[in-house]
Amino acid sequence: MSQDDHDHHHAHDHEHPHGSELSPLEARVRALESLLTEKGYIEPAALDALVELYETKVGPHAGARVVARAWVDPDYRARLLADATPTIAELGIGGRGGEHMVVVANTPETHNLVVCTLCSCYPWPVLGLPPVWYKAPPYRARAVIDPRGVLAEFGVTIPETTRITVWDSTAETRYMVLPMRPADTEGLSEEALAALVTRDAMIGTGLPGLLPAEMPL
Amino acid sequence: MNGAQDLGGAHGFGPVVPEPDEPVFHAAWERRVFAMAMAMGYTGAWNLDGSRANRESLPPAHYLASSYYEIWLAALEKQIAATGLATPEEITAGRASAPARPVARVLARDGLEARFRAGFPSSRDPAAPARFTVGDAVLARNIHPTGHTRLPRYVRGRRGRIERIDGAFVYPDTNAYGAGENPTWLYTVSFTARELWGESGDPGGIVTVAAFEPYLEAA
Repeated sequence: MSQDDHDHHHAHDHEHPHGSELSPLEARVRALESLLTEKGYIEPAALDALVELYETKVGPHAGARVVARAWVDPDYRARLLADATPTIAELGIGGRGGEHMVVVANTPETHNLVVCTLCSCYPWPVLGLPPVWYKAPPYRARAVIDPRGVLAEFGVTIPETTRITVWDSTAETRYMVLPMRPADTEGLSEEALAALVTRDAMIGTGLPGLLPAEMPL
Repeated sequence: MNGAQDLGGAHGFGPVVPEPDEPVFHAAWERRVFAMAMAMGYTGAWNLDGSRANRESLPPAHYLASSYYEIWLAALEKQIAATGLATPEEITAGRASAPARPVARVLARDGLEARFRAGFPSSRDPAAPARFTVGDAVLARNIHPTGHTRLPRYVRGRRGRIERIDGAFVYPDTNAYGAGENPTWLYTVSFTARELWGESGDPGGIVTVAAFEPYLEAA
């Protein structure tokens, strides 16, 4: 350890006297897990598996596959917009927090934006767990009253002639936005198209990525 | 309830601040709180609506000053004590001093992924025909339940239009308290931004909510 590192640790002694001690919050969480395990209500190995599932396996790459398929397959797109849950399940995607999916399509006339003003409802199987900003008061408060202002904070400008429809997730229906396919992507494979689809594009706070200049057509 | 969770239209919270390359969890304890909440919900000691009711009934100052998983943790401790699964003293000590109570099921590692990928649908067979149909003009009732409800304040007393009949679903207002699933019709209802926000509303803008039949009346 360098002298600098040593000094750095000393500077924080008041927070973590011996480096390995838990903060009050960490200690409280650990105490609860110990108690619930001792009581037989939970199995820590199952908790590990849940964390692994939602940290490493379930995420926006799944939703991106759905969007890319809808871009290349008009019949799939029609089924997706008519009855989303079984159509998403055709790709092996579904589960907790996405039992009742609704997919809304952006068009030149309408831009869609998804929020949960009351808590944090979000389509887990296609987008994973929500980011902090989606769950925090600024977005929940303003998405419904000032959607253009919120979009501006994401660097997104929607033409004044395009109507914005905001979907407040107040029940167990979960919304995913089907963004418009970017221009000049005719030659791209479905997999390459999926790589253009960002999480925010499927919430409505972003637009699909622009085609990187180096990507071969 | 008219609690701190009902944020639609509120001012003063500042700009939205997205975090580039945000991790799924920001601390090890968040992983455990998330997984404990899921696993305890799986025991059947309470349901999702009950969890939401416990989170939103935290005192407003506490709710607004807490991070997301701090809210989950506080509500989880409250539910464990309220259902008698453990005493507040045991929760503080982190050790059992009384026998466990039986629970319907315990989440095991085996089969967990398949179970969560299958999901837990909350649609149910309807008990009666739907009262409204697509295109109907409706009024969101001006109600102020002190218990759990999913009708946000910003639409109450406002006129909207039925856009879709979503089906019959578990009714959160009763299910949250173990008072029955009461399958109830759910509708997608649209409101113009001008109807909701007056002159402040985005011209041409639309806001939709998913509203249960008892939240609505014919307009």
